[in-house]
Amino acid sequence: MIQAKDINFYYGDFHALKNIDIEMEAHTVTAFIGPSGCGKSTFLRLFNRMNDLIGDTRLTGECVIDGENIYNKSVQVDDLRKKVGMVFQKPNPFPKSIFENVAYGLRVNDVRDKAYITQRVEESLQAAALWDEVKDKLKKSAFELSGGQQQRLCIARALAISPSVLLMDEPASALDPISTSKIEELIHVLKKDYTIVIVTHNMQQAARVSDKTGFFMLGELIEHDDTKKIFLKPEKEQTQNYITGRFG
Amino acid sequence: MNKKTKQKIAFSIFRLLGLLIIGILFWILGFIIYNGIGVISWEFLTAAPTEGMTSGGIFPAIVGTLCLVAGSVIFAFPVGVMSAIYMNEYAGNGWIVRFIRIMTNNLGSIPSIVFGLFGMALFVNTLGFGDSILAGSCTLGLLVLPLIIRTTEEALKAIPNSYRTGSLALGASKIQTIRKVVLPMAFPNIITGLILSIGRVSGETAPILFTVAAYFLPKLPTSIFDQVMALPYHLYVIATSGTDIEASRPIAYGTALVLITIVLLMNLLATTLRRYFGRKVKTN
Repeated sequence: MIQAKDINFYYGDFHALKNIDIEMEAHTVTAFIGPSGCGKSTFLRLFNRMNDLIGDTRLTGECVIDGENIYNKSVQVDDLRKKVGMVFQKPNPFPKSIFENVAYGLRVNDVRDKAYITQRVEESLQAAALWDEVKDKLKKSAFELSGGQQQRLCIARALAISPSVLLMDEPASALDPISTSKIEELIHVLKKDYTIVIVTHNMQQAARVSDKTGFFMLGELIEHDDTKKIFLKPEKEQTQNYITGRFG
Repeated sequence: MNKKTKQKIAFSIFRLLGLLIIGILFWILGFIIYNGIGVISWEFLTAAPTEGMTSGGIFPAIVGTLCLVAGSVIFAFPVGVMSAIYMNEYAGNGWIVRFIRIMTNNLGSIPSIVFGLFGMALFVNTLGFGDSILAGSCTLGLLVLPLIIRTTEEALKAIPNSYRTGSLALGASKIQTIRKVVLPMAFPNIITGLILSIGRVSGETAPILFTVAAYFLPKLPTSIFDQVMALPYHLYVIATSGTDIEASRPIAYGTALVLITIVLLMNLLATTLRRYFGRKVKTN
């Protein structure tokens, strides 16, 4: 389970996230929607501490994953990121072979057992629904894959180190419709084993893939509920306006 | 005059100036080859100078230059690459980095004869290396350090941040990210810095003047504390202060030809390496 308790986040003087409280159940898909600059990506990046890489930021409140505040001093960021995988907006495979891309997370985490690495690479590629397409060319460069395949490779790469949470930052926004639907199918399958949090600009996508949806605006979490309810009968007027396309 | 004619005239001038550059290069090369090719022989490349450097070969000078190139690269390449990694990957953009960068640029614009004097004061005298390959290599290394730092920094800057975040998000540490993702990607361009510094080092005369170069030393060095002859200095000597300048003129052209050839060969080698690594990076 993931909890955020009274989160406030600042870029310098800019108050990017305001008093956010939310709980996300294990093995569910939660989608964050909202206009550009509303803070949804910033919020997502809190959970694997990617915001740590940006200078001059400040955070108050607690991010709790499996009962532990991940901003505690005792938490090693490397270990956290093993547990909380991330898929980025633009596919960013490394300039290595397909095999080495998936094995990368294992290798940097000191896994040396070759048989185990081979096994994990196959399992992860299968889980990312890419195995059949690449099993005969694992030694080929990842750059030879199409954009959609590259993104599924990045998902496989994230799965290889067996995370429990998967963060996805607009994972399909750079892809064509067919690749997008493949990623969406994949999300459906993956939620059996992972807790998924996805940020998306595409409301239909949020409606298709998620169990819960959170609507962000100007750094506030306006509404968070079952996806059906958000799209059919939102409680707040702002949500209603955004969903129906009256602004944003 | 209408627009089109103006356009044509402008382009013709630009093209002419562009061709002029090639022309000058070929003129110099042609001049050196024409005057120097006559003395090139197996003996010229493998024997020591004889009879007051008016005949014989230039083998000791070739060996000396190769030693100095190798020595200075061994010294400057790791130092330069590591400081560039520090500046680009670790130090952020605070005043320290900006200060280092300004100082690096300043270091790069110091006249090479000043490096020679500094090298003599520090390496030859204070550290007691004497006139030696070690002192000369260190001096030349200092000279090309800014070049290596700047090209490495540019190479690192050209790597999109998404690769770094992608690696960090998989639980890799910063140093793992640099070693396994950033450096392999930047390597082909870092090699470019190496190419440039090799060319620079093999042609410099002033920094080796007081630190290593021997006027006449027909035997080969046996340790890094030995003096050596070097091609650029040998060229300078036989063209200005040899025993019989007129008689050694062909040898001067021959030496120049050998020097240019060595630089070109090294560039070729480095370009090949760069291509090779550039290809390897994509599939490995």
